[in-house]
Amino acid sequence: MTEINYNAEPLLHVENLKQHFRINRKFTTKAVDGISFDIWAGETYGLVGESGSGKSTTGRALIRLYNPTSGKIIFDGHDISGNLSSADEKFLRQNMQMIFQDPMACLNPRKKVSEIIAQGLEINHLYKDKEDLEQKVLAIIDKVGLSKEHATRYPAQFSGGQRQRIGIARALVTNPKLVIADEAISALDVSIQAQVVNLMKDLQDELGTTYLFIAHDLSMVKYISDRIGVMHLGYIVETGTTDEIFTNPIHPYTISLLSAIPHPNPVLEKKRVSITYDKAAEGVDYSKGVNHAITKTHSVLATDEEFEKWTRKAEMAHEAGKLNY
Amino acid sequence: MEKFKRNKEDRVLSIRDLNISFETAGGVVKAIRGVRMDLFKGETIAIVGESGSGKSVTVKTIMGIMAANGKIESGTINYTFTNEKGERETVDMTKLSQKEIRYRFNGKHIAMVFQDPMTSLDPTMTIGKQITEGMMLHLHLTREEANQRAIKLLTDVGIENPEKRFKQYPHQLSGGMRQRVVIAIALACDPDILICDEPTTALDVTIQAKILELIKKIQQEKELSVIYITHDLGVVAKVADYVDVMYAGRIIEKGNINEVFYDPRHPYTWGLLASMPDTDTNSKRLFAIPGTPPNLLEEIVGDAFAPRNPFALAIDYKAEPPMFNVGGQHRVASWLCDPRAPKIDPPEQLQERLIRMRAETGMSVVNEKEGA
Repeated sequence: MTEINYNAEPLLHVENLKQHFRINRKFTTKAVDGISFDIWAGETYGLVGESGSGKSTTGRALIRLYNPTSGKIIFDGHDISGNLSSADEKFLRQNMQMIFQDPMACLNPRKKVSEIIAQGLEINHLYKDKEDLEQKVLAIIDKVGLSKEHATRYPAQFSGGQRQRIGIARALVTNPKLVIADEAISALDVSIQAQVVNLMKDLQDELGTTYLFIAHDLSMVKYISDRIGVMHLGYIVETGTTDEIFTNPIHPYTISLLSAIPHPNPVLEKKRVSITYDKAAEGVDYSKGVNHAITKTHSVLATDEEFEKWTRKAEMAHEAGKLNY
Repeated sequence: MEKFKRNKEDRVLSIRDLNISFETAGGVVKAIRGVRMDLFKGETIAIVGESGSGKSVTVKTIMGIMAANGKIESGTINYTFTNEKGERETVDMTKLSQKEIRYRFNGKHIAMVFQDPMTSLDPTMTIGKQITEGMMLHLHLTREEANQRAIKLLTDVGIENPEKRFKQYPHQLSGGMRQRVVIAIALACDPDILICDEPTTALDVTIQAKILELIKKIQQEKELSVIYITHDLGVVAKVADYVDVMYAGRIIEKGNINEVFYDPRHPYTWGLLASMPDTDTNSKRLFAIPGTPPNLLEEIVGDAFAPRNPFALAIDYKAEPPMFNVGGQHRVASWLCDPRAPKIDPPEQLQERLIRMRAETGMSVVNEKEGA
């Protein structure tokens, strides 16, 4: 794998991003309420959390499917928050792409595969002539493990795994710097999930693409991500390298999330009981928390008191050797 | 092992040589090809497989809710239960009409929890009405009695403030809550068998763990027999006593959970286990099963898994493997288990994982059966 240079400027810098949805005069859903994180070129950043935690909203706000309420998004030196200048918008559309969750729903059923994939190139004028366009499309089709004959078929003629490959091809054809994969493998069968994850990893090695990998399946996230952000109710409660999150989780929500992953080891699994996290009972208020750094890469959202309490707890767990989440 | 003893008298369900096909526009789909399965009192079996492997069709047939174009070609589903007079009675579910199954068994003796709690609840009825409906019909309770029981059930499945929830509609509850309600409905008439068709796929991991623990607790209290349908091996490891792995309409490996998880023999089971990263997986690539499941519209010659199987033998393309008895309760339909077959080891990643898993559990034995 290519080494990631963490001293360089991050590819994506998000600062205090807020995405609120006004429901009516009295009520506003604060789907994302002030999150900050960085993604460096060439890495995979995993965003995990339960449904309603705002992880998909974050992805959609970043690619500007929504208009963020406030906050700053710097993408490769371009400010893509607020009103977009046409140059910035063009840059964004070419260099940030998305892979969607449901491969059945995200492909136009009336277009051939080659047309679906070519669309990005056509809109962005990324080809010299017709021949060049065709070649580029066929090259990417080959890269995602489909064959030439597939180019002239329609999405309905493919299985779920193959359709997700088409979705990946469409996202990668413009040679984007950042790809947001929003639950890209959740809808697939287990054996197919592994195929698609391997494909995404291979393509990253080859093209140096950066991924924002949004998912709720922690074991897959652990496998694919370099760093992980754990989201809950619109806040990133803990972020760190994959190792730090899995071996030294501090935030009780992270711990409960980790404890809920089922392991394919029946004897152990039968004895294990997941840990419950009740935000109200613990009296945690995310809006009062500030980011406490544990290491350079690992930080947790907490008030001073909470931080002290949780780190002490984590240390005790470490000493007791009870790290079997 | 003491835990995995089955007593013949406790058998509640026995499926023999079940063959089911579906009439579709494209031709006849042979969805189930010779399934044999047993369920005993108080135990949990899990049916594992990809979509289209026939796991849902199998249990829907038990419930008599198979799609209209489906046809039971052959086979029996014998269900043993205590009837209204208090006698043990055995019926063949395949001989009964859908209507009869619906009136006599569904809900009362065999209940089902579906994947998506939003679509399995009626949005126009209150939670309370939906729970009491079955009880009043099957158990002939008065509204008052049924209401009281429903509130107790809601408490049992871990819903706080049951009196308030009783009057609410499904959309007023969260996903995990709804699934709890669905479980309460399934349990309303004290069934013997609970079928859970991917009960947690639509839920978050944290809630998933809670729901599985809940089903387990209730099962122990009421001595329920549970059939899980899932593709998540983590879930299987958590809940099941016995595992049936299905592929293209056949059971290709079965046994108690320890046999299948610590000593898998079929290449498809190897692939399933290896392609799921556990949180300790460090290898660079996941093991992936190549290709896609077969099209059941076409006649399958030999082993259905052969085209995707890197370990396939020549005979796999010619003849369908029988069920080989590999000791204990472990049965495998793969020519690799034939004594004449060459010895082939599971893929490396899986071997490492198996060794690690055995070490974690403190199992020193490499193979229990050979030791016994």
